[in-house]
Amino acid sequence: MKCDIVLAGVGGQGILSIATVLGFAALENNLYLKQAETHGMSQRGGAVQSYLRLSDTPIFSDLIPFGKADLILSVEPMESLRYLPYLSNSGYVITNTTPFRNIVNYPQIELIMEEIRNLPHSVAIDAEAIASEIGQSKVSNMVMLGAATPFIELPLESIEKGIREIFGRKGDLMVDLNLKALYAGREFAQANR
Amino acid sequence: MTKKLLLGVEAIGQGAIDGGISGVYAYPGTPSTEITEYIQENVVAISRNIHREWSANEKTAFESALGMSYAGKRAIVCMKHVGLNVAADPFMNSAMTGINGGLIIAVADDPSMHSSQNEQDSRYYGRFAMIPVLEPSNQQEAYDMTRTGFELSEKLGTPVLLRITTRLAHSRAGVIPVESAITENALSLPSDPLQFILLPAFARKRYQTLLDKQSKFEYASEVSPFNSFIDGKDYSLGIVCCGIAMNYLMENFPDGCPYPILKIVHYPLPSKMVKKLEQLVDKMVIIEEGYPIVEEQLKGFFGYGKPVLGKLDGTLPRTGELNPDIIARALNLKSESGSAIPELVTNRPPALCKGCSHHDMFSALDEVTAQYGDGHVFSDIGCYTLGVLPPYHSGFTCVDMGASVTMAKGAADAGLFPAVAVIGDSTFTHSGITGLLDAVYEKSNILIMIGDNESTSMTGGQDSSANGRIESICAGAGVDPEHIHVIQALPRNHEKLVNLIREEIAYNGVSVIIPRRECIQKSARRASESKKQKSGLCAQ
Repeated sequence: MKCDIVLAGVGGQGILSIATVLGFAALENNLYLKQAETHGMSQRGGAVQSYLRLSDTPIFSDLIPFGKADLILSVEPMESLRYLPYLSNSGYVITNTTPFRNIVNYPQIELIMEEIRNLPHSVAIDAEAIASEIGQSKVSNMVMLGAATPFIELPLESIEKGIREIFGRKGDLMVDLNLKALYAGREFAQANR
Repeated sequence: MTKKLLLGVEAIGQGAIDGGISGVYAYPGTPSTEITEYIQENVVAISRNIHREWSANEKTAFESALGMSYAGKRAIVCMKHVGLNVAADPFMNSAMTGINGGLIIAVADDPSMHSSQNEQDSRYYGRFAMIPVLEPSNQQEAYDMTRTGFELSEKLGTPVLLRITTRLAHSRAGVIPVESAITENALSLPSDPLQFILLPAFARKRYQTLLDKQSKFEYASEVSPFNSFIDGKDYSLGIVCCGIAMNYLMENFPDGCPYPILKIVHYPLPSKMVKKLEQLVDKMVIIEEGYPIVEEQLKGFFGYGKPVLGKLDGTLPRTGELNPDIIARALNLKSESGSAIPELVTNRPPALCKGCSHHDMFSALDEVTAQYGDGHVFSDIGCYTLGVLPPYHSGFTCVDMGASVTMAKGAADAGLFPAVAVIGDSTFTHSGITGLLDAVYEKSNILIMIGDNESTSMTGGQDSSANGRIESICAGAGVDPEHIHVIQALPRNHEKLVNLIREEIAYNGVSVIIPRRECIQKSARRASESKKQKSGLCAQ
């Protein structure tokens, strides 16, 4: 088993919560893991990425080589395109459709969506809308993680356990909302892959 | 012991705790900050009451760590690469004094300049000071080499430099720590009372001692459990691979590398091992992240000997961090890229947070300085450096910590008017105060804007040791109290701030304006912490 994921977003969007849950699930399954993060200046609203590598054999590089990523999981549509050189021919782009506009020259969203639709394998999901339906816009990152689960060879129970572990200190309600978000995202991706 | 998921920097922090430190000393700086933060939050470190407060700058941090070593206890001092420039004086001289308790200098370099103003390679400092350098290739080694580095330091009687780069610093992997920490040293003074007195007569002896130790340092590298020779079948090429480059190399050879490899993570270079490789192969390639320091040592000045390839001949790029693809290209291996980035994807540079108090400082400053044209505002290192980017126009220099004050002074000396320095509270504490003394002494015609957000924000909101005392420090340094102003940085105070800046630019002398409001990230964190504490109390 090998799964290389580029997590993409904008500083402050909290992509590391996704990485933390997956990291927990990977450890549960005795997998090797490497996860490179962006700290420092870019965290102030700049483009940020995390390279998450899971494998049942030892992993050498902290960075994913070009053309080897199985998944680009992006919480922002334009950011999903920034890492295409990393994506393998058979790899999937799973992206949120809500733009994060903190720059004046943000491209037209229709053009971005067209680029995403033209990719061989992609799932575009309005995570904010699904999260609001659930009743808490904060859980949109777990919607995104849910949408990625059909493409990651990790038992769903381990990911659920990861959510319980990581959000446990925020109370049962937050755990339930995040689990609901996970299932909703997963369902959407399964129906729209 | 169970596996822990740790960032490289956290692995160093855990290694230091398990290696028996009595203190960590540091000034925050990306990518080194979390070494100290890990120790600050660690339960064992708290229960042992390990010293773990931030220092005013890297020099004060270094000297305190050296003082702890003098007193017989183990200490680690942490900084980013450019921080070692600030601490260079005690660093170089600590090689002369040697140590009493084990001393590790953990320095995080930033190739590709993700969050820095240069990509200098700290291994040169190690060579300059003639002390051992450790350069772990992965998180487990970062832990192991830190933990055992204190023993090495004490055995060889020298400070040891531990060098990592950004990618190892901020990448997480499983680390297996040891069962129990080494006990802290007892308080004990150096056996030689002259060891730490670098008066010329004694210093000459210490320098000879340092030179005499060199063969021992090299022997330690030769027998280091961390350096290794990995034989291969194809002797047409030999690879010398340093630190994290080892991972990028092996990523290209999951089933083993055909060429013999010398893995170097402990310096000085072990000459026997290097010569062994050289004898075997037709030519060598040196793969190292940072400057070509090993390559320079191995490449023949007169062109004799076997070819040595690397960054100097363009086999590998001279700038930026390495990755598996760069190494694939250097070794003529196949490397495939996915599809190109679509043209419509635009850059997304970092920006000041919404509601940040620096917005209020810059909008007022821009309004006043517009009439003078470009080039009058000297910026510094911190979040407020972002004032040089649109929509603001507040900064035409950004060089090193504290340089805003002194460069404004120098430009004013040259006749530039107005000359305005923009500096944050923590950077002012770090290196602005001494420059202010110069300006006060000469009655320089400058205005200093100290954007006081009561936080070292770019690195995550650490407290600064001058918190709440900025204006009294300015008054104590001799600034006329009539020309020190504290104003709350809020949109409703815009006109007031504009007028203050106008008045103080008109004043011929040193004036200080302190727009103050806590970093919004820090206040948000504090609010959520106190909410958590309250809900915790209810649950009880």
